[in-house]
Amino acid sequence: MTAAAAAPVAPLPAPPAPLLSVRDLKMTFPGRTAFPGWMAFPGRRARSAAVRAVDGVSFDLAAGETLGLVGESGCGKSTTGRMIVRLLEPTAGSVVYDGRDISRLRQRALKPLRRELQMVFQDPHSSLNPRWTAARIIADPLLVQGGSAAGARRRAAELLELVGLLPQHLDRYPHEFSGGQAQRIGIARALATGPRLIVADEPVSALDVSVQAQIVNLLARLQEELGPAFLFISHDLSVVKRVCDRVAVMYLGRIVETGDKERVYAAPAHPYTRALLSAVPLPDPAAERARERIMLSGTLPSPAAPPPGCTFHPRCPKAREVCRSEVPLLRVATAGEAREVACHFPEPEPSG
Amino acid sequence: MAGEPLLRVSDLTVTFPTGRGPVRAVEGLGFSVHRGRTLGIVGESGSGKSVTSLAVMGLHTGAEVTGSVVLDGRELTGLAERELNRLRGRRMAMIFQDPLSALHPYYTVGEQIAEHHRVHFGSRRAASRRRAAELLGEVGIPEPALRAGAYPHQFSGGMRQRVMIAMALACEPELLIADEPTTALDVTVQAQILELIARLQEQRALAVVLITHDLGVVARVAHEVLVMYGGRAVEQAPVDALFAAPAHPYTRGLLDSLPRLDDGDDEPLRAIPGSPPSLLDPAPGCAFAPRCPRAAAAAPAERTRCEDTRPELRSAEGHLVACHLSPHTAAHARRGTR
Repeated sequence: MTAAAAAPVAPLPAPPAPLLSVRDLKMTFPGRTAFPGWMAFPGRRARSAAVRAVDGVSFDLAAGETLGLVGESGCGKSTTGRMIVRLLEPTAGSVVYDGRDISRLRQRALKPLRRELQMVFQDPHSSLNPRWTAARIIADPLLVQGGSAAGARRRAAELLELVGLLPQHLDRYPHEFSGGQAQRIGIARALATGPRLIVADEPVSALDVSVQAQIVNLLARLQEELGPAFLFISHDLSVVKRVCDRVAVMYLGRIVETGDKERVYAAPAHPYTRALLSAVPLPDPAAERARERIMLSGTLPSPAAPPPGCTFHPRCPKAREVCRSEVPLLRVATAGEAREVACHFPEPEPSG
Repeated sequence: MAGEPLLRVSDLTVTFPTGRGPVRAVEGLGFSVHRGRTLGIVGESGSGKSVTSLAVMGLHTGAEVTGSVVLDGRELTGLAERELNRLRGRRMAMIFQDPLSALHPYYTVGEQIAEHHRVHFGSRRAASRRRAAELLGEVGIPEPALRAGAYPHQFSGGMRQRVMIAMALACEPELLIADEPTTALDVTVQAQILELIARLQEQRALAVVLITHDLGVVARVAHEVLVMYGGRAVEQAPVDALFAAPAHPYTRGLLDSLPRLDDGDDEPLRAIPGSPPSLLDPAPGCAFAPRCPRAAAAAPAERTRCEDTRPELRSAEGHLVACHLSPHTAAHARRGTR
């Protein structure tokens, strides 16, 4: 977005070309067929409505930067991540990685890029092949990319150590590892090819609290030491605050607020971000009692039938007439601020 | 707290026979809950918190349950299934983490709630259905009379959990056990459900046992907290005391390892090394000893004691703590400078 540069303040130095540039990304899943074609009859809809899981998402990610993509279940954050590593082909929009649009590339053309784009999944055990040893799991990306067997095994041992496991773990199978250890293997696999961008989809959500902290620290350390860019997808605002430089808050397939972590957490401008932050329970009873909570009514509407106008308006405490009809665009709310909001009435109210 | 507690559990032990020998999932657990109060039971996976809740409800069939569970002066352990059936749903009720698997997919939610009423009160079909619709309204489901005729899959996750709560409260129980009631829900919906439980508790003077892994949820709703580790209680204290000055190194470790919204994030989280213990092969001493910073820093003789001898729960400054190395007298510094 160039809106910040257009603001009437001192022009910002031109930022270097981002590593990843996502523009107006959309993913529409076709509705499910209720009946096979020959059974269709007049008056009966053969398909349920198409689901607009991601509906126009745009953001940039600089090399070595960490962007947190947060939102509740069904907001489209995982679908966005999967389109970026091209596990899904977007319906529309572009994913420009290192100056090249990869959104339409065929699998064969993608293969060399896989070295640079890696993914860490939520459930460590189901993302590891149960019949492979840790060594083979970690070495596999290297072998696919044409490495030698001996070299790949040596590298696997190094990677295990890097993620805090021991060389004797090389020949163990996934079921012999605890959840935290299995996630370390998933991370080692993602690091094997020396990626420049890692999409981590809820990498700590399936872990126990005491283990979650270990993995959060590990990711922070690896980011510092190896410097890949991270797209960190999570529903947990506290974890994202720990790990990320910037955040983007998604609601029903769109980004409603994005900006530097400090700004967004300290002074959320979108009513949804405010409600989301105020709903996170704090492990402090006194603070909890003193806290003013914004209660949202209702739940996320179906992305198959999104409300008109601002999709948040049915739950929004400050919705007005214009919100029901006009879609708010993501724009800079306060001039010169590294934060964009998609709201007709962002906080704090512009009072002149 | 004055008066007799509604629920008093003492020396509860649950053992499962397995192919690899008996597994003691809960051992020597004791707690009590008064009317109108909430006890939060916190622990990680495998700590025995859910096993505890099922034992209170008498829902373990394959396990050996010993100890005592007293509900309003009546001993429940060893009670015949017929007797228990009269109490379950009527005087104590439970809500589960995943409402979709706890609700029957073939019956409308109204029918499932009404059934409770008919079974326990012998009410007529029409009256029980009216009551079901009323209850759905009470838990905040819009157009309750209409929605009573809908099936579980037609509700969202949060709405399903409301249905579960309506069902649990159908026969005006005095004790509500909620096992991770909001874990499967988004935070904004979680806030709604916790608010609902708190409101209903106030209206009906419910005693609530809330089982969760989320310390934030405990801080929000509990009056009293029990922390479990490896099947045993490691600390029990009033909520403010527990969070202000955790006495057990595990409780302290849990709080320190939590990323929080109201903290700076420059320093790395102080994670607890290692992972939760296996119940198959329990250590003879304190289950937390292999991960415990206090044990690691202790003199060799003291460390041996941690590794070889089970610490008993002892009272220390209003907390009950099971730790050999917990200082009885030294006041614990309040965490941080907040």
